[in-house]
Amino acid sequence: MAEQYVAAVDQGTNSSRCILFDRRGRLVSVAQREHRQLFPRPGWVEHDAEEIWRNVARVVPAAIRQIGAAPSQVVAIGITNQRETSLLWDRRTGQPIGHAVVWQDTRTDRLVTELAGDEGADRFADLCGLPLTTYFSAPRIKWMLDHTPGLRQRAERGEVLFGTMETWLIWNFTGGPNGQARHVTDVTNASRTMLMNIETLDWDDKLLEAFDVPRAILPEIRPSSGVFATATEVLPGVRIGAALGDQQAALFGQTCFSAGEAKCTYGTGSFLLLHTGQEIVRSKHGMLTTVAYQIGDQPASYALEGSMAVTGSLVQWFRDGLGMIHTAAEIETLARTVEDNGGAYIVPAFSGLFAPHWRSEARGVIAGLTGYITKGHLARAVLEATGFQTLEVVDAMNADSGIALTALKVDGGMTANNLLMQFIADLLDVRVVRPMVTETVSLGAAYAAGLAVGYWPDLEGLRSNWHRAGQWMPHMDPARRATEYANWQAAVQRTFNWIRPEDQDL
Amino acid sequence: MPGTVQSIERAAAVLRLLAAAPDGLGVADLGNALGLAKTTVHGILRTLHQVGFVEQDHSGAHYHLSDAFGRLGESYLDPNELRSRAINWADSLASRSGEVVRVGRLVEGKVEVVHHVFRPDDSDQDLDVGTTLPPHATALGKAVLAYDTSARPRSLEAYTTRTITDPVQLGEELATVRSRGWATEFEEHTVELASIAAPIRGLGGLVVGAVGLAGRIERICDSRLRHRGDLVTMVRATADAIARDLRDDT
Repeated sequence: MAEQYVAAVDQGTNSSRCILFDRRGRLVSVAQREHRQLFPRPGWVEHDAEEIWRNVARVVPAAIRQIGAAPSQVVAIGITNQRETSLLWDRRTGQPIGHAVVWQDTRTDRLVTELAGDEGADRFADLCGLPLTTYFSAPRIKWMLDHTPGLRQRAERGEVLFGTMETWLIWNFTGGPNGQARHVTDVTNASRTMLMNIETLDWDDKLLEAFDVPRAILPEIRPSSGVFATATEVLPGVRIGAALGDQQAALFGQTCFSAGEAKCTYGTGSFLLLHTGQEIVRSKHGMLTTVAYQIGDQPASYALEGSMAVTGSLVQWFRDGLGMIHTAAEIETLARTVEDNGGAYIVPAFSGLFAPHWRSEARGVIAGLTGYITKGHLARAVLEATGFQTLEVVDAMNADSGIALTALKVDGGMTANNLLMQFIADLLDVRVVRPMVTETVSLGAAYAAGLAVGYWPDLEGLRSNWHRAGQWMPHMDPARRATEYANWQAAVQRTFNWIRPEDQDL
Repeated sequence: MPGTVQSIERAAAVLRLLAAAPDGLGVADLGNALGLAKTTVHGILRTLHQVGFVEQDHSGAHYHLSDAFGRLGESYLDPNELRSRAINWADSLASRSGEVVRVGRLVEGKVEVVHHVFRPDDSDQDLDVGTTLPPHATALGKAVLAYDTSARPRSLEAYTTRTITDPVQLGEELATVRSRGWATEFEEHTVELASIAAPIRGLGGLVVGAVGLAGRIERICDSRLRHRGDLVTMVRATADAIARDLRDDT
C-alpha cells in the first residue's frame, strides 16, 4: 500500500503553506505562497481573502506533487491559521464584503475605549477570558457592520457570514456558494472572538448584545479535532479533521497534552502558552485565558497565554534600524565578544508593553548606559530582553496557575540562537528543550487532523513521535539571577508614563 | 598558456575605484569611469555584493567596499549564520538517520562544533556546541581538512589504535575524501563508534564547514564493516541542501 500522509494547511499572516507529514510525524514536503499586506490607512492592515483562498488551492496540490504522491494518499486535512483576523462575506455569491481585517489592525482603538467605558477593559473577562483590546474579533465585526451602509440589515436577514480564516477556508473547501458549504469554526478560534462563553463553549447572548453582533452571521462552533466535513474542492473526498489557531496548534504540535506543560514560540513576537488542564484559570496578572483544544466530544482543555510583542523584531531593529549587524544570526557572534551585558538593559516597549504589564503609554528605554558599554553589550541586552520578557510571563503564569513550570519547550526561528536559549534556561531555572520538528504549528494541525480520522491512535502515540533535538540546562548563580531580574524590573519602571495624555491626539 | 579572465579584470577595476571613493559610487559613476554599459557594471556589483566585498547604502544608490573586504583572511561566513541555515536540514538528517548530527568548521587547526542535534532517542545528551574535535580523527574533521590549504595538524595525536598518526597516510586519506566528496571514520576517535561527513560548499566552491553523523559501528556500517551507502547518500544530500540555502541568498 502506498504511504499515507496528513496535509497541514497553515494560513499565516504573511503566507499560506501546505506541509505533508508522515506517520512518524516527519515533514516530507512544503509548498508556500505569500499574499499581499494591504495598508489602506495608518494603523489599518488588511488581506484579500480571495487571494488567500487561491493560494491555498495552489499550495495543497503543489505539496503533493513535490513528492510525486497522488491526492488519494492524503488521509486528512488539518487547518491552522492566523488568529483573530476577521472576514464577512455574502452567503449567496461567496464574495468577501471588503477585505479581511487583520489581527494587527488598530482601527477599533477608539471603539474599544468606548466599549470599556467606566467598567474598564476587563468588563467581559469573566465571560470570555479576554480583555478589551484591538486584537480580538468582536470589536472588528461591530466596526465592519457599522461602517458599511445597509450591511447590518443584510446581516440580520442572514445574507452575510462571518468567519476567521479557518472558517473561510472550510467554507470554500466544501464548495463555497454552491449551497452545501459548511459554515463552522473551532473552539480555539472562537475563543479569540470575545463572543464565545469560555465555560459553555457557545456564543454568549450577553456578549453578542454588547458588541451588537447578530447571531445569524456566526458559524457553528466545533471541537478542534474531529471531522468538520469532507472536502469537495481542491482535494475532493478528503476529510477536514482539524482546525486550530496557530499558537494553540503549536502547543499541540509540541505535544503539551498535560496540565503544567508549556511551550514558547520565538519569532517576531513570542507566544507562551501553558496548558492548565480542564480548569479555567482566570489571570490576575495580565495573561489571557484561552481554549487550548478540544478533541471530539471530550471536555475542552484550557491554557493561559502570555504574548510578547517585540522579541525577534528587536533583533531586526538592531540589524536594520541601527545597522550593527548584517544578518540576524550575527547578533550571537557580537554578543559573545563580551562576557555580560555590562549593566545595560533594553526594554523594547516600542508600542507600549504587553503581558503582564499592558501599558500602552510606555515607550522603550536603554537603561544603565555608561561609557563602558560597547555594541557587544548592547547585542547582549537585545537578546536578554527576550529572556526577561519570558521570565515575566512565566512568573505571572506561575502565580495565576499555582503550577510551577518545570521545563519549557521552545520552537521558532530564535531557537537557533544558543546564547539566548541558555540565557532563558538560566533565568527561568528550568530545562529549555527544542524538538526535532521546528514546524510545530503545522505539525499540531496535522496531529489533530490525523487523530480525528484514526491515522494516529491516541495522544500517547503522538507523544512517542516527539524527540528532543537540543536541550539547555540552567546553571546561573541564584544571587546573580535575582540581581539581573531586579535590574530589568527597574528598567521596566522607567518606560512607564512616557506618552503623557496631552501627547495623544485630541 | 590560458588567457586572462576579463570579468575579473573589470571587477578589480571596480574595487579599486570604490576603495578610492569614501562616499561610495553609483552604477552610472562606475560605468562612466570604466567605459562599461550599466548592465555590465550592475552585474559585477551584484556579484561582488553577493560574495560580501561591497555593500549598498540605505538608499541602494551607492556602493562602497565592505569591512569584510579588508579582512579577507578571516572566515567569511559567521558560524551562527551557518547554524541558522543548517538547522532545519540537520534536524531532518537526525530524524531520518536516527543518529547524532553535527555541523563543524575549521578554526585554528581544530574542528569547532557549530551545531549539534541529539540522537532522536530521548536519552540524556549534552549540547557540545562550541567544543572542538580533532580534525584527523573524525569524519567531520577530514571533510573540512581535505579542502584546507593551510593548516595541516602538526602533531597527529592517537585517540585509539586506529587513529591515523602518519602524515603521509593522512594525506592519502584526504585525497580520497576529495576524489569522492565525502569522508568517513571508523573507531579512530572512540572505540565502537564510526562517522560519516560531507563538506558544505559556499559561493565559488569555498568549503565553509561540514555536516556529518556519528553512531555505533553496527548502525553506521554494514555487516562487512563498510559505511552504509544509504547514510552516505543522506549526509551528502544534507550538505548539498545547506550549500544551496547558503548560495541562494547570502
